[in-house]
Amino acid sequence: MLPVTLPLTPSQTVGPFLAIGLPWPDGPFVVPEGTPGAITITGQVIDGAGVPLPDALVETWQADPDGRFDHPDDPRGAVAPRAAGFRGFGRCATDESGCYRIVTLRPGRLPCPGGAQAPHLDVSVFSRGLLDRVVTRIYFSDETEANATDPVLRAVDQARRGTLIAVAEAGGHDRFVFDIRLRGKDETVFFDV
Amino acid sequence: MTADPRSAEAGLRLPHYPRPDGVHPPLDYPDYRSSQLRAPSQPLVPLPQQLTEVTGPLLGAERVTAGDADLTTRHAGEPLGERIIVTGRVLDSGGRAVPDTLVEIWQANSAGRYRHRVDDHPAPLDPNFDGAGRCMTDSDGRYRFVTIKPGPYPWRNHLNAWRPAHIHFSLFGRAFTQRLITQMYFPGDPLFRYDPIFNSVPDQKARERMISRFDLDLTQPEWALGFTWDIVLRGASATVFEPQGDR
Repeated sequence: MLPVTLPLTPSQTVGPFLAIGLPWPDGPFVVPEGTPGAITITGQVIDGAGVPLPDALVETWQADPDGRFDHPDDPRGAVAPRAAGFRGFGRCATDESGCYRIVTLRPGRLPCPGGAQAPHLDVSVFSRGLLDRVVTRIYFSDETEANATDPVLRAVDQARRGTLIAVAEAGGHDRFVFDIRLRGKDETVFFDV
Repeated sequence: MTADPRSAEAGLRLPHYPRPDGVHPPLDYPDYRSSQLRAPSQPLVPLPQQLTEVTGPLLGAERVTAGDADLTTRHAGEPLGERIIVTGRVLDSGGRAVPDTLVEIWQANSAGRYRHRVDDHPAPLDPNFDGAGRCMTDSDGRYRFVTIKPGPYPWRNHLNAWRPAHIHFSLFGRAFTQRLITQMYFPGDPLFRYDPIFNSVPDQKARERMISRFDLDLTQPEWALGFTWDIVLRGASATVFEPQGDR
């Protein structure tokens, strides 16, 4: 165990002007546009009065389609993704209508104590009014079997579990909708991580 | 082809990044008015740190050029205001440097005005200042920016509300759990005691860790004042990753 010696720097809000410093032109593209098999996740970030946020930032982090990370702290070993240009990380500021968009590849399942985790993305949301980021997860509505045994989903109150599941648009498996409700009715589940 | 993720994964060791209590501000903080409609009302659900949480994006070098760390040389003329050097190290709570990590900053100009369409503070924009910068930390975890000192500015949180001068900082570290966005303040600001964002951090010592230090050794004669500010992200301890249950 590493002794904890230095006290942490506290979080502060991104404020209303994050668009000056954080958005990247290629931010929403976890994989380059046109990558075979790419999926698109879109949604709105919505406040407790039902009003979309025009000044939020959504970030995503995920495994590659084989369930691997190109990262030295993955104890199975760092593996370069097979898809060219796969970054694992997405970042998108919301627009005037509170919408964000992430273009990516569906992540693979991941091992965990006692079983496997269903395909998921970790999500950070930043905005004015949030003194710290809030963290949630995106799962996929067409992964019914994997979702049913996912230990994180199972630990969430069943009535709220649906807030973590991106819904496939009718007739397809490549476009998903995932709204993030910060507060109030149908409030998204946020995690303490 | 993907192997069954339940097989052959016994004994994986994962780092763990403890989140200490009392350091970060509470999400629900009524003195900060816009938290009232945006902070979640339900308790956070504990998320065990697994593979997705202990890994994170290791990127940035490909999107940073040397000039990105100097906010004073982007235009034909120099920005107005006090030229400053801001430097420090990004560390983890174990005292280890965090090298090669992307640091992104944004700030108001010297008059307290942001170059942003919704900032209607009647202070002048500076045609020679955009207010955004980025750099990678070096092998010692060090970052360095040249900029101008941002001005304080009014906001509408309450009557006569003014933000102390600050620079926004965004840090990745090397794991999702280490991600941090914060603000760096300047020593001796008379607005600290009135600012709900600064005071949302419950512990006084923790608040003081957001304040940079004037550094005469860093100050360059006839050129720029120096401010030093170290940033500490969560550190990792090792835990054993033990699949159980169906094994």
